[in-house]
Amino acid sequence: MKASVEIRSAPHIKGPRSVEQIMANVVYSLLPICAFFVYQYGLSAAASILVVTAACLLTERAFVRTGTQAGSLSDFSATITGLLLALTLPPGFPLWMGAVAGISAIALGKALFGGIGFNVFNPALVGRAFVQAAFPAAIATYTPSFLPGRFTEFIPSSLAWPLMAPADTAAWLKAMQYDAMASASPLARWKFEGFVTPAWDLVTSLAGHMAVGPSPLLIVLCGAYLALRRFMDWRIPVAVLGSAGLSALIIYAAFGTKYPDPFFMLFSGGLVLGAVYMATDMATSPVTPRGMWLYGGLIGVLTVMIRYYSGLPEGVMYAILIGNAATPLIERVTQPTPFGKGASIHARKSASYTMHPDYISREEASAKTPKKRFLKNKPKKT
Amino acid sequence: MNDLSQAKTFDEFMEGIWRQNPVFVMVLGMCPVLAVSVSAVNALSMGLATMFVLVCSCGLVSLLRKLVPKEVRIATYIVIIATFVTVVDYVIQAVSLEIYDALGAFIQLIVVNCIILGRAEAHASKHPPIAAMVNALGMSIGFVIGLFALGAVREVLGAGTLFGVSLFGPNFQPWVVMVLPPGGFIVLGAWLLLFSALKRRQEARLAAPGGGHGA
Amino acid sequence: MSTPIAPTPPQATPATSLVKTLGLVSTVCGLIIVGAYQGTYDAAAANRRLALERTVFKVIPAAKSMAEWQATPQGIRPAGGETVPGALKFYVAYDAEGVLAGIAAEGAAKGYADTVRILYGYSPVCQCITGFGLVASKETPGIGDKIVTDKAFLANFEALDVKLNAELSALANEVKVVKQGTKTKAWEIDAIAGATVTSRAVGKAINDSAQLLLPKLAPDIGKLQKREP
Repeated sequence: MKASVEIRSAPHIKGPRSVEQIMANVVYSLLPICAFFVYQYGLSAAASILVVTAACLLTERAFVRTGTQAGSLSDFSATITGLLLALTLPPGFPLWMGAVAGISAIALGKALFGGIGFNVFNPALVGRAFVQAAFPAAIATYTPSFLPGRFTEFIPSSLAWPLMAPADTAAWLKAMQYDAMASASPLARWKFEGFVTPAWDLVTSLAGHMAVGPSPLLIVLCGAYLALRRFMDWRIPVAVLGSAGLSALIIYAAFGTKYPDPFFMLFSGGLVLGAVYMATDMATSPVTPRGMWLYGGLIGVLTVMIRYYSGLPEGVMYAILIGNAATPLIERVTQPTPFGKGASIHARKSASYTMHPDYISREEASAKTPKKRFLKNKPKKT
Repeated sequence: MNDLSQAKTFDEFMEGIWRQNPVFVMVLGMCPVLAVSVSAVNALSMGLATMFVLVCSCGLVSLLRKLVPKEVRIATYIVIIATFVTVVDYVIQAVSLEIYDALGAFIQLIVVNCIILGRAEAHASKHPPIAAMVNALGMSIGFVIGLFALGAVREVLGAGTLFGVSLFGPNFQPWVVMVLPPGGFIVLGAWLLLFSALKRRQEARLAAPGGGHGA
Repeated sequence: MSTPIAPTPPQATPATSLVKTLGLVSTVCGLIIVGAYQGTYDAAAANRRLALERTVFKVIPAAKSMAEWQATPQGIRPAGGETVPGALKFYVAYDAEGVLAGIAAEGAAKGYADTVRILYGYSPVCQCITGFGLVASKETPGIGDKIVTDKAFLANFEALDVKLNAELSALANEVKVVKQGTKTKAWEIDAIAGATVTSRAVGKAINDSAQLLLPKLAPDIGKLQKREP
């Protein structure tokens, strides 16, 4: 998406950074995480990533082709959506359902709003929310990681025929001598059985057969690369994790035995992945620094609330979607004070910009379009 | 008024089915459309119930149109519509309790369906009975088509059946979302997209040089 | 549709004429409604009875006919006549010979989405629950509605123990829903993994209703042995 004309007041700093570059870097940083995911779950995970991403790209192409959406395939945004979506789905999620998730992510989450930059909600999470609502049983079916035959054999549920129910993984696991406990995600085990997985096992994801996603440690490292290169704002993940940890700590301190420790809350489920990669989606998160803190804080608190007090074991997805919905409001209430206007001076109703009012964004309702200095069609000399 | 040509009558009839389709073009009566279109049978029976109410009340409104003073016309229409809704309510109970339970409050709520009051006010009160009923029939067929289109898609994806007949065998994976309220909105959105795309193409063809007679 | 309505000159309609019109319309409509009500009453009542019978017969497979009774603080008696406040309704089912086949009653408890209403069958011979059917539920399709399809779960209700204690005042053992695979006693119900909340609702509905109904039923069970002619 290369904008050719931009009307702004001086001074201008020409940055070399483009949307494509940012997106490409996000994709690079996601690659190690995907590799880890494949290492954990083998063939099924690889197929899932491929199918979901391909579905996203094809849908994006269809909408770009018909001209209903801005952007192009080469901006990598659909690739990111696909990779993230695949990482949030269980590795043994039937491939056809993965394709449905990819298609609905782009169609409902992105194309509906007009394409890249216009989406209100994170497309990957919209896709996940759709399949969560459509196939609640399949999306709650996890399998343990590091199974011995994972690189030669698919998880049977992956290969379900389109529109058909997936094969029973519980029976398959039983045949391999794993009990049903190992295939429940740590959050589900806590919610339904009161079993708290040790936090350190969750941080590395390497401690034996657990139904967990890629290591939170790795995700934080990859996110740190993005944040250090300023491709991502560090405030949002810090705010999300901080507020989730804090609210979990408060609840833990208040009613200790009933609730797990804050470290379990932080490293279980998709909180770290959501905080680092999904809450930070540029189009759907606030741009004001104070807004970022507020937005992250809201997501963190909501996540803990949903996990503790709802019927669902995991709440990151809905928390981020609610945060996305609140973003315009948050941006409105956290507009920074313009330079030169101290808190003592009340800003006038229509003048809250440092720039000349003629040059503020055209989307602003009260904005005036700059006066044209030149005639559009110069009268021809005759 | 009584010597309506056949072409005009046909046009009146088709108005509700295509040009002014209550579901896809006017987007009216969305409450029953979204709520009861979970299965094809429900959608069809809801559509037929509405059709009965619409045709009968439009006929009666049209018969009484010269008798009813302007001041009390809305009250009269509501009484008439409510009467036929009550009749339909009893009839459905007698025909099948299962359908009655599935449709629930939405049978009684036909009374506030804006298509019916709208037709009574905008058309039936100004036209003779036959014309009014033909127009009402067209409208309600349009409504039935809309409801059925939604109900069929939601039932096929949500349960793998159509009219209760299994389409994909016992191993079908139902899309739970389709029988829940969001499914209604998503499928309705998809149909609206398709319908407006079709309309746009038709208009483009008419606007193309040589396609139609003038702009 | 879009033709503007020409403004009509204000003309005062006399009030009597308005009243007359409304009266006429209401009379006509009233007649139509009464006609429809009379015409459909029998069929609708038959339908309702059939639907109830079908549910009762489903939970008590041996049943061939049934009667509606109510349990009042003063004892049990056939339903009909005036209803006593606090009376519990239950259905007595008889087999082909007119011998008591079982008793069905409704129970309700809060499920995952809304109240789950069930009808359960009780057999006085084994003093146990012999089956249950759903009356109304809004549980998540595909998860919560497994309670009527999951074979392992339904097996719990083949002979769920609801014996009364020695004083006949309450159940000897509360009906309890336990985690899947941990059922050891005859009065425990194995929950469905993943649909724990709905499973618990079924157990609670049965327990709550049986706790109230069975103590009242026990002393008078003899009255129900044979169908009254």
